[in-house]
Amino acid sequence: MSEARAAGRLARALDSDLFYSFRRSPVAVFSAAMALLLVLGAVLAPLIAPHDPFDLVSLNLMDSLLPPAFLDGGEWTFPLGTDNQGRDMLSGIMYGARISLTVGVSAVLFAVIVGTVLGLLAGYAGEAIDALLMRIADVQLTFPAILIALLVDGVIRAAVPRDVHEQIEVYVLIFAIGISRWPQFARTVRGSTLVERNKDYVMAARVIGLSSVRIMLSHILPNVIGPVLVIFTLTLGLAILDEATLSFLGVGLPPTQPSLGTLIRIGNDFLFSGEWWVTIFPGLALVAMVLSINLLGDWLRDALNPRLR
Amino acid sequence: MADETVLEAAGVSRVFDVSSPWLQRTLAREPHRLLRAVDDVSFTIPRGTTLALVGESGCGKSTIARMSVGLLAPSAGDILFEGQPLSAARAQPGLRRRMNMIFQDPYASLNPRWRVRDIVAEPIRAFAMAKSRAEIIERVGALLARVGLSAQDGEKYPHEFSGGQRQRVSIARALSSDPDFLVCDEPTSALDVSVQAQILNLMKDLQRRYGLTYLFISHNLAVVRHMADRLGVMYLGRIVELGPAEEIFRAPRHPYTRLLLDAIPDLAMIGRARAQVGGEVPSPIDPPPGCTFHPRCPLANARCRAEKPAVTLIGASQVACHAVAEGRTEP
Amino acid sequence: MALLDVQNLTVEFPTRRGVLRALDGVSFSIEAGEVLGVVGESGAGKSLTGAAIIGLLEPPGRIAGGRILLEGSRIDDLSQSQLRRIRGRRIGAIFQDPLTTLNPLYSIGRQLIETIRTHLKLSEADARKRAVRWLEEVGIPAAAQRIDAYPHEFSGGQRQRVVIALALCAEPALVIADEPTTALDVSIQAQIIALLKRLARDHGTSVMLITHDMGVIAETADRVAVMYAGRIAEIGPVAEIVRTPAHPYTLGLMGSIPSIEHRVERLAQIDGAMPRLTAIPQGCAFNPRCPRVFARCRIERPDLLPAGATEAACWLHDATIRPLRAAHG
Repeated sequence: MSEARAAGRLARALDSDLFYSFRRSPVAVFSAAMALLLVLGAVLAPLIAPHDPFDLVSLNLMDSLLPPAFLDGGEWTFPLGTDNQGRDMLSGIMYGARISLTVGVSAVLFAVIVGTVLGLLAGYAGEAIDALLMRIADVQLTFPAILIALLVDGVIRAAVPRDVHEQIEVYVLIFAIGISRWPQFARTVRGSTLVERNKDYVMAARVIGLSSVRIMLSHILPNVIGPVLVIFTLTLGLAILDEATLSFLGVGLPPTQPSLGTLIRIGNDFLFSGEWWVTIFPGLALVAMVLSINLLGDWLRDALNPRLR
Repeated sequence: MADETVLEAAGVSRVFDVSSPWLQRTLAREPHRLLRAVDDVSFTIPRGTTLALVGESGCGKSTIARMSVGLLAPSAGDILFEGQPLSAARAQPGLRRRMNMIFQDPYASLNPRWRVRDIVAEPIRAFAMAKSRAEIIERVGALLARVGLSAQDGEKYPHEFSGGQRQRVSIARALSSDPDFLVCDEPTSALDVSVQAQILNLMKDLQRRYGLTYLFISHNLAVVRHMADRLGVMYLGRIVELGPAEEIFRAPRHPYTRLLLDAIPDLAMIGRARAQVGGEVPSPIDPPPGCTFHPRCPLANARCRAEKPAVTLIGASQVACHAVAEGRTEP
Repeated sequence: MALLDVQNLTVEFPTRRGVLRALDGVSFSIEAGEVLGVVGESGAGKSLTGAAIIGLLEPPGRIAGGRILLEGSRIDDLSQSQLRRIRGRRIGAIFQDPLTTLNPLYSIGRQLIETIRTHLKLSEADARKRAVRWLEEVGIPAAAQRIDAYPHEFSGGQRQRVVIALALCAEPALVIADEPTTALDVSIQAQIIALLKRLARDHGTSVMLITHDMGVIAETADRVAVMYAGRIAEIGPVAEIVRTPAHPYTLGLMGSIPSIEHRVERLAQIDGAMPRLTAIPQGCAFNPRCPRVFARCRIERPDLLPAGATEAACWLHDATIRPLRAAHG
């Protein structure tokens, strides 16, 4: 029964207008393939990466700063070369992408939840709450998101002891980036909520006396979540960049938990001594990841916009 | 008498604040701007009958519809449901479930993300009127059949239906809480005529079978003629004429009612020009003084321009017009 | 020769689920000075017919067959730039919502003068004079002062008057009016219809009046075309269409309109709904809803056949098998 229903749902999805427009867009298919490849590489890193960069026993300083395998002096055990501690770049990138993605996705999910709840409230709960929340959002939007994240991170750094901080650094980053990105979600959800709340299906629910919370969650939320999906994708690229920027600036993740940004920062020191692979490969991975996610987001926005059809 | 009257409005008014936002208002020293959408309106709806309110856009008929089910509160006056103040009646689920509403736009009145089955079941769930899932499904199937759809239609989403079918779903939802009183806000004006006939016939059948009481809002006098037992003609927030529909159609008294009736195109009018009402409805934010209809009225005189007419009882109808009260029928 | 002659017009929309035929073999003509009403329910193809004639089909819609002749020459195969010269000069257009026709950023005078000068060789001053005259003619009070006002400064009814002036100011031979009064209140509607009728008569303009409102057609049109599922179901003089319709669909349509004159207990109703374009039935498209359907209707599609004073696409009027005109009427 449920299997048949799931199969029916899949068949409907494959037959939907969205999937049709996906198949017809080479950019979307290409970027989806690239994103899928990177995400798989990151998620499955412990299973498929040739080395474990966190396993200190397997590291050998003799292997440090080896060039990529296709250059003179390279070895095929380290296809993309090694860094100054002898860690395999390819494995480092896969694990780094894993951390970058984790932080990025969690931060954006956090922003989505905060933004959606506040957006629904602003749009449905009345003018006073709306004015208050939107002025806060406006003020925050005048600052670059990275500045907000730096500020939040700095405050937490100052507030908690150093050893505690190192343990919770990932959560601090997620919180800092998430809090810096909520206004876009809140504004979008509020805008759609203002439109939906005056529609007659909401009136019908009010006539039978449903509570505001129930109306917001069961009636309005499913109808305002479409645009959120688009911004989710576009913001995910930005959040990954935010994390990389913070780590590059040295206020992000420590070298013991290297994200792509950390790898780029470490490699930056070797750029001018000729060991370009230490920074260029993580950089390329970062660009590929953000670009493919953004292209997908762009396509999704156009595909969901009835006016562009 | 009280138990025979389902809904009563007594001196109901509704004012909307349409001022600019506070900051702009303060900086530009703008005064508050108030829109008097409904102005001192009174009527009663006896059980099992239809009161129709008719008028042009901006006359306040939809505002009355919304106030009658508690979506808006009146600024002044009282609305009584079965003799109790509406807000008190709506605080009791047992009374609240006995009123419901049918909306104009069958595309906006059904949540596009919900299956029809869940849409129709929502009032049943909200008022806990069924004991089990199976009972809900059974009830929904019966409701869908009652409005001319099939139980299988419950599995579909609203977009899979035509406009007329959606309006049937909307009616099924309105009936699902076993109401006595339905507010119908322009229920057929978004539909094609052949579909409109289906829906109007259905609504009459349901009224006869279940003894429903309707407050029927429309801008279409021909539709109103078909549906109404009693009729209220509205102009700029006021009821200018209220009485038995037959009498008003046979012998309209208020000059606005007369002009409105003459202005309707009709199949019998082949090649004939209709009478024209000059001018347009003034803005309700800044209504004319005295009788608000005087700028368009052929019978207007100095008194009409200065003094708001009170309601006079003529035959079985109430008319708010100086000229009618004074017996002036020629300009 | 008819002013406008539409022959076998077919309009298609290619979609991913196949080609949808939105108009299928529509033929009619409009004589000089005539008002042809086109009625039908939403989705019947009435607006599409108007759009196809003025070359404003929304892509991916396209004319897939047939011919449109204006004063004897084809206009369905013209380029967009040639069409632009025809629109306004030879065919005017009035749409439902005046706000979509008027540009909110320009004064109505500028829009009128621009239209006049695009189509007629007149100086700025002469065009302005002409614009004022048109505004007076459509009943805008104090036209000479109000010509420099912007669209938002006019009421809904006045805006539609300005749109009518805009459609007629280059004196086209044909005006296509698509639901010109639907967005207006009844009392304003009567004013606009009277105005349109008077102008068409005074200037000898032909009008194709597209509306769902049979009452408007009854008082305005000389002839009526009733459309159903992308085809003309019946066409003929207005009095016969209203009083003695020959097509069962027209008959049902007339019966379903509530009358202001008398009250009936139940309105006649046609059960069901018009088919979607994706599911047009075989044979006569009306056959699943038709009370007088017989075997042939489900197999063979009828073309317009003479049926007394009108022509109806209905096998009941096939003279080779049955006597003319069925018992009703």
